[in-house]
Amino acid sequence: MPIRETFWNIPHWAEIAQYLLGLLAILIFSYGVIRRVRRWLKGQPERRIDHIRSRLWSVVVQAVGQARTLHDIYPGIMHLTIFWGMIALFIGTILATVDWDVTHLFFNVQFLTSWVYVLYELILDIFGVFLLIGLGMAIYRRYIVRPDRLANMPGNGFIWDDAYVLIMLVLIGITGYLVEGLRIAVAQPDWAPWSPVGNAIGNAFIAFGDPSNRFLHYALWIIHILIAFVALASIPYTKFWHLIAGPVNIFFRSLEPAGRMSAPVSEDEPGVKEWRDFTWKQLLDFESCTRCGRCQDVCPAHASGFSLSPRDIMIKLDTYMWQPANGHNMLGDVISADELWACTSCLACLNICPVFNDQFSAIIDMRRYLVLEGDVDPQLQDALANLGRYGNSFGKSDRMRAKWTKSIQPKIKDVRRDEVEYLWFVGDYASYHASMTDKTLMMAKVFQSAGLDFGILYDGERNSGNDVRRVGEEGLFDMLAEKNLVTFSKSTFKTIVTSDPHSFNTLKNEYSENGNDHYSVLHYSQLLDQMITSGQLKVSRKLGYKVTYHDPCYLGRYNGEYDAPRRVMSALGCELVEMPRNKENTFCCGAGGGRIWMEDPPEVTERPAENRVKEAASLPGVSTLVVACPKDLVMFQDAVKTADLEGKLFVKDLIDLIGEATEMNLAEPKEQN
Amino acid sequence: MNIVVLAKLIPDLVEELEIDDSGTALDMTWLRLIINELDDHAIEEAILLKERTGANVTVLAPDIEGVDDILFTAAAKGAERLIKIVGDYESGVNNHALARVLTPVMKDLQPDLILVGVEAHEDLDGSIGPLLAGYLDLPFIGYVASIELEDGKATATKEYPGGLSVEMEVTLPVVLGIQVAEEPPRYVAVSKVRQAMKTAEIEELEAGDFDLAGGPTIDRMYQPEVSEGATIIDGSLDDIADSLIGIFKELGVQ
Amino acid sequence: MNKDILVVIEHIRGEVADISYMMIAAARQLAETTEGEVLAVLMGSGIENLAGNLAADKVIYLEDPQLANFTSDTYQQSLENLIRENNPRAVVLGHTSIGMEVASLLSAKSDLPLVSSCLSFSGENGSVKFTSQLYGGKILAEGLIPEPIALLTMVPGGYKPEDGQSSTPPLVITAAAPQFADLEISVKQYIEPETGDVDITSEPLLIAVGRGIQLEDNIEIAEELAEAIGGVVCASRPVVDQGWLPTSRLVGKSGYQVKPKVYLTLGISGAPEHTEGIAGSETIIAINTDPAAPIFNIAKYGVVEDIFDLVPVLTEKLEES
Ligand SMILES: Cc1cc2nc3c(=O)[nH]c(=O)nc-3n(C[C@H](O)[C@H](O)[C@H](O)COP(=O)(O)OP(=O)(O)OC[C@H]3O[C@@H](n4cnc5c(N)ncnc54)[C@H](O)[C@@H]3O)c2cc1C
Repeated sequence: MPIRETFWNIPHWAEIAQYLLGLLAILIFSYGVIRRVRRWLKGQPERRIDHIRSRLWSVVVQAVGQARTLHDIYPGIMHLTIFWGMIALFIGTILATVDWDVTHLFFNVQFLTSWVYVLYELILDIFGVFLLIGLGMAIYRRYIVRPDRLANMPGNGFIWDDAYVLIMLVLIGITGYLVEGLRIAVAQPDWAPWSPVGNAIGNAFIAFGDPSNRFLHYALWIIHILIAFVALASIPYTKFWHLIAGPVNIFFRSLEPAGRMSAPVSEDEPGVKEWRDFTWKQLLDFESCTRCGRCQDVCPAHASGFSLSPRDIMIKLDTYMWQPANGHNMLGDVISADELWACTSCLACLNICPVFNDQFSAIIDMRRYLVLEGDVDPQLQDALANLGRYGNSFGKSDRMRAKWTKSIQPKIKDVRRDEVEYLWFVGDYASYHASMTDKTLMMAKVFQSAGLDFGILYDGERNSGNDVRRVGEEGLFDMLAEKNLVTFSKSTFKTIVTSDPHSFNTLKNEYSENGNDHYSVLHYSQLLDQMITSGQLKVSRKLGYKVTYHDPCYLGRYNGEYDAPRRVMSALGCELVEMPRNKENTFCCGAGGGRIWMEDPPEVTERPAENRVKEAASLPGVSTLVVACPKDLVMFQDAVKTADLEGKLFVKDLIDLIGEATEMNLAEPKEQN
Repeated sequence: MNIVVLAKLIPDLVEELEIDDSGTALDMTWLRLIINELDDHAIEEAILLKERTGANVTVLAPDIEGVDDILFTAAAKGAERLIKIVGDYESGVNNHALARVLTPVMKDLQPDLILVGVEAHEDLDGSIGPLLAGYLDLPFIGYVASIELEDGKATATKEYPGGLSVEMEVTLPVVLGIQVAEEPPRYVAVSKVRQAMKTAEIEELEAGDFDLAGGPTIDRMYQPEVSEGATIIDGSLDDIADSLIGIFKELGVQ
Repeated sequence: MNKDILVVIEHIRGEVADISYMMIAAARQLAETTEGEVLAVLMGSGIENLAGNLAADKVIYLEDPQLANFTSDTYQQSLENLIRENNPRAVVLGHTSIGMEVASLLSAKSDLPLVSSCLSFSGENGSVKFTSQLYGGKILAEGLIPEPIALLTMVPGGYKPEDGQSSTPPLVITAAAPQFADLEISVKQYIEPETGDVDITSEPLLIAVGRGIQLEDNIEIAEELAEAIGGVVCASRPVVDQGWLPTSRLVGKSGYQVKPKVYLTLGISGAPEHTEGIAGSETIIAINTDPAAPIFNIAKYGVVEDIFDLVPVLTEKLEES
């Protein structure tokens, strides 16, 4: 009967020595873990232990199931095979240990017998192959293909670490097979064919004969054991650490809506200057980073030649938190202000990170400190000063905010006086920017002719503060939000609608934090969708255009709304051709996070918006890029000029399409006063 | 080293200005008052000097609506002492009156250096810096763009038109009219201002009676006739461009 | 009864500033009402020749090495003396980096009333009225010039420099400066302007960009227009302060006084500090979205349009033709 003969050919003293060594490895391992945990605990407090069940479930899906890792096919499969190969071998080892040193030792029973054992051997053999295939793919990719995102800058110290992990795993796999093969060569059990790889190796060794194979087996067993224990002990000291930190990090990830940023730990002195000012969870983020570079690949700032790589931010902070004493300042020496200001807050990085790191929160916390120190771009400074003084970034009088309504008859209701169903939060760009006037007027016309009960706040509206917050000026955000909330509380309405996804995000996710959610918030694409579906808005002409659509970061990735604008376009009779990067993979226009208020540095090669309009223009038969965000419109209209696509690609707002499909014209678009 | 900066609030020109019923003054109902931009530069210059030399900075301002904000902002930038001059500003106070009120205040404060924006767009009776210097019997240099301090002396760079500037040396104490600070005024995070509101204290001094002598009386205030001179060209963009090209040709530049 | 008008001539490094001629032109008008004479005061050392084309009745030339370079204290003490000696009805100074501080110092020290930012004057049955420009040129204020002696500082715009010039040299009376007391200011050195790439003061066609241009990148649309039409780009202060264009392109009070045939402004509001640099332009054409912008008051032609809409069209048409 097939049975697992553990410690075959191994003298008793070696068996004992193995346990002693194992104990030592565990001690070293534990010390390393404690050292890591103590470092995290030096960070600031943050609560992350609610909703245990969803946390556990996300560990199952993301760590065990590797769901996000698999988004990227080659590296995904590569990692999956290594991961599951190692897990299977590890479980196999545990089972063998229990079988021999628990059940057999104490109860004289073995469960790895007969068909169970044969199956066990077969499965382990197959997973061993997976492991080696995965490792082969990894070695090929890292050392032959060498994609950019694996380049080890900054911190060359990591080079040995990446190699170390691969070498150790390869050695464990190979010595494991050899030990198995040599045992089969000597013992030649009947069930050997069930271990196909081991059997093949065994056959190759039979020729050497028993004593030398026995000796070889013995020697390789020792080597295998030693390597395995070294690997185990080294987990908390090397890149292996992600085996632990990754799942733990996934467990503790934020379960808040993506659009709700956490407030600074200290209200009086917001921001992070030193590594200890980060929360323990952020420190855990840095440690969990496996340097896979997926975030760098999707980062619009990185693609445009800005000095930012979210991956490098993680790596540098991780390095810094372990050796902060070498006289460097975290801000300035390790992380430059330019890197931090480059971020467009698009969230592509954290959306793709397999270990659920939050690169953005680290960036914001450091930005907060820069703002506190007054270390801001002159143009941004102007914008912030204007926002503080006038409530808009344009530096125009608040009394001019509703100037665009002058020509509208009947007059739009003032929500501060008249009760309405919909409060239209117009937003800065739609109110003040010359390129937006026609769209804003069209929206008013569409609402009015559909008989929507709506109004605006006139000069009572303030910038919503979404981007102010993401610049890191928390105090100003609070001020703007307070002013809007006071105005809201004095007005009667049911729903806020806005065309600006940025305002939409903060109104929906961040204003309600302040305990003021007697209203709901809609993006205009959602409202238009409802109006069309309910028949309130009648489409009189099917457009028949072939268009493509850009998902705004703040509508899509931040708030998961991908369908409403698509339904509207299809209701208008537009054929939608998707860009390669669509929905959650949308590519930021480059305006977010306050970037629209900042000057681009000279090293910027191709601005994100240019990159994006080229993507749109490359679609066969498509000459219209539809947007659903005022900033997108401004950015892309400009990019079409600078990318030399004028006349080839037209940027249209969703409301333009509505206007055409309902055959509404702005009687006199440019009014003179 | 004691530096005193004088800051004023003046109407924000971003808003449309209107004349009140008397026809001799601005209608204040809709006005937004903001710090005189050049005074903001004066504060910045004082803070820069403080950072370089360890001087003490006092910021002084008439108590007009919004003054607390500018004083706390100055504190957030690094000013040590904040003083507001309380009085009846409603009926209109000119620079002569203000300078007279400030004269004894300055004598008490004994500054080595008084900084003030070189002018404000509402000055009708001269600018406050040299008036104050006159009453205090101190020297004055205006249009200053940088300051160097060394034992009992200051070297100020004064700007003339066309990019020419001149270095002048002057014995302290002195009043300097700032045209532009060496660095643009820094940004102060709102949280810092809020922090300053909690910790800094604004001292109050009584202005007493204002003596307006030395300034003119306004009989009439009005907005210049809109488009008095200009012939407005309108029409479509195309038409306008054609008309402009026509004008260029006529004037012989095309 | 005081009748004469004293005009303090401004000059820097051997050149009379344009404002001085405008002040003489204004003073001539004032003197007509007061039935007095125009006395120009020229202070300096070895610059008697500068008096040559001043359209004044008399030039009082104070020659003193200590007046070789302007400092507020020597000017103030000299003028205090002259006012006492001449008992004028008014002393006219420039609203400039020279005149403004001297006027205010004098007002405080000699207890004389002061009216600043005067744009023009007018006589009305014996008394004289001032019109001053306030609030960035958005408001004008009128009143009577205080009696008996008033200090006036003038902004350009109301008078032409030609009217203050004359081909017949005036009578020059050379006098000694007073004994200066307690001088605290000394001139150490002049710092020359950065030498510019172009001399905007001699260009016939200038395209001036203001804050309305919004971003550094947008300067390009002005450059393209300038290229299409054969002009040169210059700017208002905010644009230069941002470092988007060099100081050599700055027009106005702290920049250059320009006198092109055509001065085309793109997004400039027309603040007095800017417009005083363009008084010598033959034709001003303004493009601005705000129909109430003061620039339209001095422009011959105005367009109320967004520069980002209009300028590209204009450039294209110029390129075609
Ligand atoms: C002591 C002193 C010295 C100074 N010296 C000078 C000097 O030498 N030169 C100088 O220029 N300034 C000088 N200034 C500054 C001066 O007071 C004004 O602040 C400045 O001239 C304003 O520049 P601007 O017209 O470009 O900007 P703004 O006054 O901000 O005007 C911008 C204009 O652009 C218009 N606009 C906006 N967008 C558009 C668009 N898309 N299309 C069309 N129009 C648009 C707006 O309606 C507005 O009228 C000085 C100030 C001081 C106190």
